[in-house]
Amino acid sequence: MQSLLMWHVLTHFCYIFNHKPCFSYKKLQRRRESSAHTMSNSDQTGNESEMYVMHEICSSVKNMKQLDFSVLVRRANQIKEELKQGVKKPYRELIDVSWGDPHRTGVKPLSFVRQVLAGCLYPQLLESNRLKVDVRQRAQRLLETCAGGSVGSYSDTAGLTQTLKKVSEFITRRDGGVPSHPDSIYISPGSQWSLTNILNILVNPEASPKTGVLVPAPSHCVTTQSILGLGAEVLPYYLTEEQGWALQVEELQRAFDSAKGVCKPFALYIINPGNPAGGVQSRKSMQEVIKFVSEKKLFLLADEVYQECVYGENVEFLSYKRVLAEMGPPLSETVELASFHSASKGLIGECGLRTGYVELVNLDPSVLKLLDNLFSTNSCAPVLGQLTLDLMINPPQPGDPSYPLFYEETQRIRTTLIQNVRQVFEVVNSLPGFSCQPVEGGVFAFPRVYIPPKAIQKAKEVGMEPDTFYCVRLLEETGVLARPGSEFGQKDGTHHIRFCIMTPQHIMEELLRRLSIFHTKFMKEFS
Amino acid sequence: LAGATGGVAVRPVCGIQRDNGTKMSQDQQAVNGVSCVSKVLTLDTMNPNVRRVEYAVRGPIVQRAVQIERELREGVKKPFTEVIKANIGDAHAMGQKPITFFRQVLALCSYPDLLEDNKFPEDAKKRARRILDACGGHSIGAYSASQGIECIRQDVARYIERRDGGIPSSPDNIYLSTGASDAIVTILKLLVCGEGRDRTGVMISIPQYPLYSAALADLAAVQISYYLDEENCWSLNVEELRRALKEAKQYCKPRVLCIINPGNPTGQVQSRQCIEDVIRFAKEEHLFLMADEVYQDNVYADGCKFHSFKKVLFEMGPEFSSTVEMASFHSTSKCYMGECGFRGGYMEVINMDPQVKAQLTKLVSVRLCPPVPGQALLELVVNPPQPDEPSYSTFMKERTAVLAALGEKARLTEETFNSVPGITCNPVQGAMYTFPCISLPQKAIDKAKEEGLIPDMFYCMKLLEEEGICLVPGSGFGQKEGTFHFRMTILPPTEKLKVVLQKIRDFHLRFTQEFS
Repeated sequence: MQSLLMWHVLTHFCYIFNHKPCFSYKKLQRRRESSAHTMSNSDQTGNESEMYVMHEICSSVKNMKQLDFSVLVRRANQIKEELKQGVKKPYRELIDVSWGDPHRTGVKPLSFVRQVLAGCLYPQLLESNRLKVDVRQRAQRLLETCAGGSVGSYSDTAGLTQTLKKVSEFITRRDGGVPSHPDSIYISPGSQWSLTNILNILVNPEASPKTGVLVPAPSHCVTTQSILGLGAEVLPYYLTEEQGWALQVEELQRAFDSAKGVCKPFALYIINPGNPAGGVQSRKSMQEVIKFVSEKKLFLLADEVYQECVYGENVEFLSYKRVLAEMGPPLSETVELASFHSASKGLIGECGLRTGYVELVNLDPSVLKLLDNLFSTNSCAPVLGQLTLDLMINPPQPGDPSYPLFYEETQRIRTTLIQNVRQVFEVVNSLPGFSCQPVEGGVFAFPRVYIPPKAIQKAKEVGMEPDTFYCVRLLEETGVLARPGSEFGQKDGTHHIRFCIMTPQHIMEELLRRLSIFHTKFMKEFS
Repeated sequence: LAGATGGVAVRPVCGIQRDNGTKMSQDQQAVNGVSCVSKVLTLDTMNPNVRRVEYAVRGPIVQRAVQIERELREGVKKPFTEVIKANIGDAHAMGQKPITFFRQVLALCSYPDLLEDNKFPEDAKKRARRILDACGGHSIGAYSASQGIECIRQDVARYIERRDGGIPSSPDNIYLSTGASDAIVTILKLLVCGEGRDRTGVMISIPQYPLYSAALADLAAVQISYYLDEENCWSLNVEELRRALKEAKQYCKPRVLCIINPGNPTGQVQSRQCIEDVIRFAKEEHLFLMADEVYQDNVYADGCKFHSFKKVLFEMGPEFSSTVEMASFHSTSKCYMGECGFRGGYMEVINMDPQVKAQLTKLVSVRLCPPVPGQALLELVVNPPQPDEPSYSTFMKERTAVLAALGEKARLTEETFNSVPGITCNPVQGAMYTFPCISLPQKAIDKAKEEGLIPDMFYCMKLLEEEGICLVPGSGFGQKEGTFHFRMTILPPTEKLKVVLQKIRDFHLRFTQEFS
C-alpha cells in the first residue's frame, strides 16, 4: 500500500518534471499549425522557436537557475485545491513554511500597524472614535507627510522625507550613537530591490574577466539569482555547519582565491543573522570580515533584515555599520558598505507591503549621485509600505492607549518564537538521521538530513536532487511545504531542508508531529 | 548649478564618524573634484551603463524644486509661497481625492476587524473578503506568487476581454507588477542581447517617456529614435518608422518597437488606422511590440477613442493575431484613480515563445512579488462596483467628475497656451500632459550655453526660480533639433491650473522681452 502511494507520487512528479516542456511545446505547435497557411516553406522547415522575435534572450537571465521549488509550489497549490474540493488526504490543511512569511503561517499582523494603515487608507475613519486616539493621531501625522495628504501620491525617489529622517534616527539609536544621515538612505519596494540596484551599479556586465561576488553557502537564493541575472559570477564561501554555521576568514580567502582565472572579486555579500542558516555573527568575526574586505578591496553588502530576530543566550545583533565605526579610522573612513533592512521581517512581518531600505556608507559621492538616477527610474517605494516602515521603527510607547495591546501582541510573537526555536531543536535532533544546529537568529531552521543511499538512488532515477525528493514526499504525504537545501547551496554530499519557524505555536507543534512521523517512515522505507 | 544658490557647506567626504553630507553637498563635492582615497566603487570601476542613466521627470530641476521647498520652510524669502510641482503626473499630490470605494475596501483589507463595522457598504466588504481569501494567511502582509495573486490575474483577464469586445485573454499571460515601469523594464531586460552589430535595437518615439531611454542605457541596448509629427498633432507616421529602422539596421539588430498610446508627454491618441499600420509594420519587420497603454481611460478630445493594440491585432485576423508578439502595459497610477503611491500595474503578453515565458516567470521571481495592496487596488480597478451594488452610484459620480474635469483642463490648457505669442500647443487629446513648443530668443539660447545648460532647461530653471513652478524641459524627452518644449501636467485643480497658466504666460512674455 505504502509503495503504491509512493509510486503514485513519483509518477505524478515525474510527469510534472518531464512533461512540462513538452506540454508547452505541443501548445506551441498547435498555435503554429493554426497559422501555418500564412507561413512560407522556409518558415515551416526551420526551428519553430527561432521564428519568435523573442527567441534569443538575455544570456544572464538564461544563466539564472530554474528552481525545482516552483514545481513544489505548483503541486502545493493543486493539493490546496484538492483539499478544498474534499479529496481525502491524510491531513486536512497544508502547512506552508517555505517562505520567511509569518502571516502566511498564521501569525497575526500587529493591530496598531494595521489600524494606522486603515486610517491612512480611508481617512474618514479618523473622524469617528472607531480607532484609538493615538492611532488616529499617528495616521493624521503620517498623512501630513504624504504629498496632497494621500498615500496615493508619489514620494521623492529615496522615500518620504520624514520617514527617511526617522530611519536615520532609528539607525543612530540602534548603533549606540553612530551618526546616520537621511541622505545616505534609500527606501525601496523591499530590501531585495535595493540590493539589485546596488549590484547593478557594482556589476559591469561587459567586464572581462567578469565581476565576482562572494556569497555564503548556504545563502538566500533570490540574491544568488539576482547576481547571476546581472551577469556576475557567484563565488560561494561555505559556512561551517558544525560550528553553528560560523563564517571563517580562511574560507573567505579560499573563495577569493578560487576566482583566479574565472572572475574578479568585487563585493562580499553577508547575511547576518543568517538565512537559511540561523547563525549570528560575533563582533570578532565581523571585525575579521571588515579587515578582509579592506585588504582585498571588496565592497561589503550586509543583508541585515533579520536583525530583530535573535534568540540565543549571549547572542546579540550588531550592525556592520556599528562595528565598522567602532573600529575607528582608517577602516571606518574607507570600507564601503551597503546595509539592508526590511519591514518584511521581524515581529511586524509585513512582506506583502514590499518595503525595505539600504543605508550607504563611505560611498564615492559621484557614484552616489548616479545611484540616485538609478533609483529614480523606479519612481518610489510603495507609500503604504513606507508608512509601515515608519511604524516599525516607531512603535507605540508605554502610556500610549495602544501600548498594552501592542506589547501583548509582540510579546506573544516573541515568546512563541523562542519556544519554537527550542522545540525545533529538541524534536529534530531527537530524530535519527537529522541534526540541527542551534538557531541563534533569523526565522528558519535548516537541519541537515542524512538521506539513505537507497533514497538518493531513487531520487536520481526520477531526476531530482535528493533533498528535493525528500521535500516532495514530505509535501505529498503530510501536506508540509518546506524547501530543499540544494536551492541554497550546501557542501557536496550534504542535504538539508529549510522551514520557517515564525509560526503560531500550535502550527509548529503540528508541523513537527507530521515531520517526525514522515521522517521515521521515510528512513525505514529506504533503509 | 544645484548647489549654486543653496549655500550648502562642503562637508568632509569620507567617514561615518562624521556627517555623511547631504545629497546636495555631495553633488558639490563631485563638482569640486574632491575625491576619496582609493575607493572600491568609483566612476571608473562601476557599471558604465549606469552612468548613462538619466530620468528627467525626477532630474536636476526636481531636485532644485525640493531644495526650494526646504528653503521656503526655513523662511527664505521668495517671490512665491509654494512650489507647484507640475513636473509629474501625480493626481493626489495635486489634491485629487481618492475613489471612496477603493479606499474603503483597502482599509478593510488592512484591518479586517472593520468588517464587523456597519459603516462600510456590503459590496466593499464582499470585495475585501474575496481579496483576503486569496492572500496567504488571509493577510495582505503575506507574499503573493511572483506573477501576482491568481484570482486577481483572472479578473484582469476578464477586464481585458470586456474592454476588447470579447477577445479572449488568459490569466497565464497576465503578470502583475510594481507599477507599469517595472514590467516595461523586465521585458526590455529579457529582450536585450547580442554583441556589436547584433545588439538589440529598440525603437522609441521622440519625444518619449524617459523611463525608456533610461532603461535602454542601463541595459546597453541601442536606442532607435523615430520622430512624432508635431505639425500633425504628434501623430505617428509609418514612413518615419521605416526611415528610422532602415538607418538602424546598419549598426544594430532592431527587435522591439515601443509605442505609448495615449501619448506621454505628447497627449496624442492613435487612430485605429494608425495602429493597424504599426502592427503591419511590426509583422513585416519582425519586431516585438511593446504597447504602453497606461493612459487608456484618459481620452478627452471629440472624435478620439482609445483602441487597444490587442483588440486591433485580433481584429486584423489570424495572420496577425497568431504571430505578432507583444506586451501591453497598464497601471493603477493614472486614469481616474491616480493612485501612484500603490505601485500597482500589470502586463499582458501575447504570442510569447513558451520557453521565453518560462524565463520571464523566473526573472520576475527575483522581485519576490509586487506590493499586495497595489495588487488589491488593481483588482478593484478591473472589477469596480456594478449597477446593482450599493457603491455604484457614488463610484460613477466620482469617476465621471474626475474625467470630466480632466477634459475641461485639457481644453483650457490648449487654449491658454495658444493665446501666448511664442507658445504653440497641440490639443491634449489624451493622457495627462501638454508638451507645447516654445520659441526662445537667440540671446536666451546664447545665455544658456554660457551657463552650460540646454536652452529649455535654462528656461524651466528660471521659471522655477521666479514663479515656483516646476516643469520638465523638453530635452528630457527628446525633441527635433532646434525646437524647444516643456512638459506640464494638466492635473492641478482648475482654479489653480488657471493661476499656473497665467504665471507661465507672464513669465514667457517677460523672458522673451528680457532676451530680445
